[in-house]
Amino acid sequence: MSIKPKLILPFVLFYSLICGAQVIAIENGPDIQEKLQEALILAKPGDTIRLGEGFYSFSDGLSLDVDEVKVVGTGMDKTVLSFAEQESGAQGLLVTSSKVILKDFAIEDAKGDALKVIGADGIYMINIRTEWTGGPKSTNGAYGLYPVESKDVLIDGCVAIGASDAGIYVGQSENIIVRNSRAHYNVAGIEIENSYYADVYDNVASHNTGGILVFDLPDLPQQGGHHVRVFRNKAVDNDTDNFAPEGNIVGEVPRGTGIIIQANSDVEVFDNDISGNGTVNLSIVTYSAETDDENYYPHPKSIQVHGNRFGNGGFDPDVDKAIAGILYELSEGNMPDIFWDGILPLTQMIFGQPDEEKLVLSDNGEASFMALKPIKYMLSLPNVTTSDTEPYNRKIRPLSAVVMEIPEGI
Amino acid sequence: MKIALTNFMVISFMLMSANLWSVNDAKITSSEFPKVLSEFEFFIDQTKQLPAENVHPYELITTLFSDYSYKSRFIYVPEGKEGSYQKDWVYDFPVGTALIKTFYYPLDERNLDLGLNLLETRVLLHKETGWEAVSYAWNEEQTEAFIKIAGKTINTSWINNEGVSRDVRYRVPNMNQCKECHSTNDVISPIGPKARNLDKDLVYRGEKKNQLAYLLEHGVIDSIPKGNQAVADWEDESVPLQERARAYLAVNCGHCHMPSGVANSTALYLDFNEIRPLHLGINKSPVATGRGSGSLKYSIVPGEADKSILLYRMISTDPGVMMPESGRALVHTEAVNLIEKWINSMRR
Repeated sequence: MSIKPKLILPFVLFYSLICGAQVIAIENGPDIQEKLQEALILAKPGDTIRLGEGFYSFSDGLSLDVDEVKVVGTGMDKTVLSFAEQESGAQGLLVTSSKVILKDFAIEDAKGDALKVIGADGIYMINIRTEWTGGPKSTNGAYGLYPVESKDVLIDGCVAIGASDAGIYVGQSENIIVRNSRAHYNVAGIEIENSYYADVYDNVASHNTGGILVFDLPDLPQQGGHHVRVFRNKAVDNDTDNFAPEGNIVGEVPRGTGIIIQANSDVEVFDNDISGNGTVNLSIVTYSAETDDENYYPHPKSIQVHGNRFGNGGFDPDVDKAIAGILYELSEGNMPDIFWDGILPLTQMIFGQPDEEKLVLSDNGEASFMALKPIKYMLSLPNVTTSDTEPYNRKIRPLSAVVMEIPEGI
Repeated sequence: MKIALTNFMVISFMLMSANLWSVNDAKITSSEFPKVLSEFEFFIDQTKQLPAENVHPYELITTLFSDYSYKSRFIYVPEGKEGSYQKDWVYDFPVGTALIKTFYYPLDERNLDLGLNLLETRVLLHKETGWEAVSYAWNEEQTEAFIKIAGKTINTSWINNEGVSRDVRYRVPNMNQCKECHSTNDVISPIGPKARNLDKDLVYRGEKKNQLAYLLEHGVIDSIPKGNQAVADWEDESVPLQERARAYLAVNCGHCHMPSGVANSTALYLDFNEIRPLHLGINKSPVATGRGSGSLKYSIVPGEADKSILLYRMISTDPGVMMPESGRALVHTEAVNLIEKWINSMRR
């Protein structure tokens, strides 16, 4: 065969037919580490690696670096890859190739991250469970499903439990869909960080410290997160004490936070159920730590929140965390459903924000609101907050949906 | 008579082979890896690691820590070709080049004559399609090394300089792990043979000579850069602390922690070229470190090594915390001491 590599991509199917894409069935056994790792290395594009029902125990991390490989089990509760006995390797499974499909298996008790994907152009995770089985503990690995520096990221029907940072974490990536998934007992349930064009919908984030986080951090190769739609999710009953090791940004998240938007632009939050979050249901904040990064914009802008159903919130504020403490003080104990810290670049605080960058709040039922007036706050003047949503009741400019080509038959 | 003739033939064959012994070039560039190391014919005596004439041993000034294992390095460049100098990078060696590195423990570090325990021989082969890396693990008889696509765990021990027997769960890397460290912008590349890390004197057959000069003379490299800045030997106490620390970190961390390396999403860059304090870790917050942070806030806190994540991760042997992520099971105590001293020497 002398098909040039660049011709292979468009003709995957054809290529598979004539060259015979293989299905490699892996049998469990004492040498499973070497057998599966070898299969992952020797697989050819188009191949499927099939893992039957069973509990597979590994002593070292696994990795895949071949494009267009499918790794498939028989179900997230039936095919379990356990790393409880792991002695080396910083992840459970590491993927560094593109157009990879991972489906129907679980990764349990990894020593570091459960499933990390670096630099993929196309990564499709379907019905994958990542879990630390001992419940929320600071000794658990940081991330469950963790694609970074990737493009075309699909996380569909997945479950993430017990991560000491984020259950589902998409970092420095582009064109992302996270849907039909569940995140429980993580510090952050679902986190989209320093990423562009993400649709997060039909997910349930409950019993985490914070449910859904849309963050942007400075000093990174990709920053300026923008165009994130968070809709039809349930960010409810996030009531787990923050168990992140200190030093990590999510360590600042107060227990009982539904959704946080920090330092992103063009974020649309709509049609979600947000309730049962003891500190605050929705928080829109500026990145507050010091940075010398001149290319970094620390303020949230063009944030639209509409048509959400807010329920009970703020009934058990985690006042040990700085942001919750301030909020508690400002609200005199009446924690709002929606909080905006009001912090803008100084010129905008004096002369006003451009219209298209202004916060939009509309049709959120009886949700209570509080925004800080930072200048008054700094000068210790009275009336440092406002709860009037009327100035924010502006026309909605819907963001467009993420368009992604998803391989057929997955 | 018959016997004598046979002996004569054997002897003359041996003499011829010493002179004419040649590396099997086809095995280096073939798309398939040979199953055993001897097929490459890099060595006249493989067990003794006695290389063929045009397979040149070389050394680096500051080396990667691999659980206190010793390493023998060799380079083979096909006849009539040479590696061309690249600024701040490894020599650009031609297709057909092989870099060969054997990892071993002496049975007793206090007396190397007691014998060696060869663990693995890693090869980096420059094929038409680019560099490829794989390792061969030695059999117990130490007669042959066998390809280990998926890596191998070797539970072994050696007696160190203090006479202490040390156990180690030594890992032969799998092919993907080879790639992880050897990737720059997703392309596999050698890491070691940079002009600045080769610039040292060695003794060749009793004669002291600069290694770069030797390699130039033997057609391995095309030139020696003018005013080449040799890296510091991290163990050389006569060298300023800063240079020793930076050399150690560059060689042990910088291949992943550089802007084109696998760990670039962390924005912690420890390669030689990095000069921005924040990206070197000074008061840099962790990004996606998880429990790797050890509840500390910054990679490096000047003057406070015990508050520095970088050191915390060097001291750990927990796979979810330790750095580097692979290739180390033991703590490199001497390096930990160096980095601790370096951080503590920084002005607060």
